[in-house]
Amino acid sequence: MSSDTTTDTTTDPAATADSGDAHDGPVAPAEHEQRHKEPTDRQYIFIALFLAVLTAIEIAATEVGPDGPLLIVSLVVLMVVKFLFVILFFMHLRFDSRLFSLVFYIGLVFAIVLYGVMLATFHFFVS
Amino acid sequence: MSDATITETDDAVEIPHGYDDGQDHIGLPHHTSTGLSNTKLAMWLFLGSECLLFGGLISTYMLYRNRQADQLGPDQLWDIPFTSATSFVLLMSSLTMVMAVSNAKRKDEQRTKLWLTVTALLGALFLAGQVYEFTVFYREGLGYTTSLFSSSFYTLTGFHGVHVAVGIVMLLSLVAMLAKGKLVGDKHETVEMIGLYWHFVDVVWIVIFTLVYLIPA
Repeated sequence: MSSDTTTDTTTDPAATADSGDAHDGPVAPAEHEQRHKEPTDRQYIFIALFLAVLTAIEIAATEVGPDGPLLIVSLVVLMVVKFLFVILFFMHLRFDSRLFSLVFYIGLVFAIVLYGVMLATFHFFVS
Repeated sequence: MSDATITETDDAVEIPHGYDDGQDHIGLPHHTSTGLSNTKLAMWLFLGSECLLFGGLISTYMLYRNRQADQLGPDQLWDIPFTSATSFVLLMSSLTMVMAVSNAKRKDEQRTKLWLTVTALLGALFLAGQVYEFTVFYREGLGYTTSLFSSSFYTLTGFHGVHVAVGIVMLLSLVAMLAKGKLVGDKHETVEMIGLYWHFVDVVWIVIFTLVYLIPA
């Protein structure tokens, strides 16, 4: 990593003003460009409104939507979309180092595996 | 110049990575082997481990949700409109939190304190709703040891409520420290770390709301 890259990144006023969290060291041009895409306050409000609409759709689906597996699949899909929007945009995972994403997703995958193991244990190994 | 130094301004002031002089150095790299903030990495590791905690609690609830024999079950208890309203409050607290982080980045301390306070108030409102809900359930006959369903439900939502309460304490402490000027180091990063915790609490509720309240038992 050259010191030139470091200097370019940190002396550019636009970069320091809009580069988001930018705590994770000198950034490559592609990553730097990605960070410029970090949402503005107005976009945060739109994201929150979008999440509120998804919540309203979830509630409406339980009242007037389909029954059975289709309802469950729809609710789980909406839940996953809301989950991803919060961690990617509000928690800035989309704009931060991939290492942060990795450590979080490892925990998440272990949690899902844990659920699978518990289901398997109680449903298949209990008479 | 070595790799470990950078130029901060046009005045050619050289600051080593991670140099902590009590000032904000937004955008500057950290003096760590990864070039990342150790504080932030630790917070993400903590949140990753929290996934396992809540994964276990949610799994337990999903297994026991129908184990109430002839006692009260989810279908007789849930008040979806009320829980939806409290969920909406918590969701909006994520917006106010991200506004606080955004203002902290711009070093607008007054607005940061304002948004942090609003976030704490919304969290308190959510918590009040949860206490009310628990009280109603208890009066209807659903105690902690009434059934496997009730134990797993109170444990899961109770743990989440404790996390919200801890978050409110952190938010109010942060506001007090900012007001008294006792917060040293990178203020933006401190606000961001508490923001990460708060958003995680919101994310967990998104999962609980769907799996516990909306999906029929």
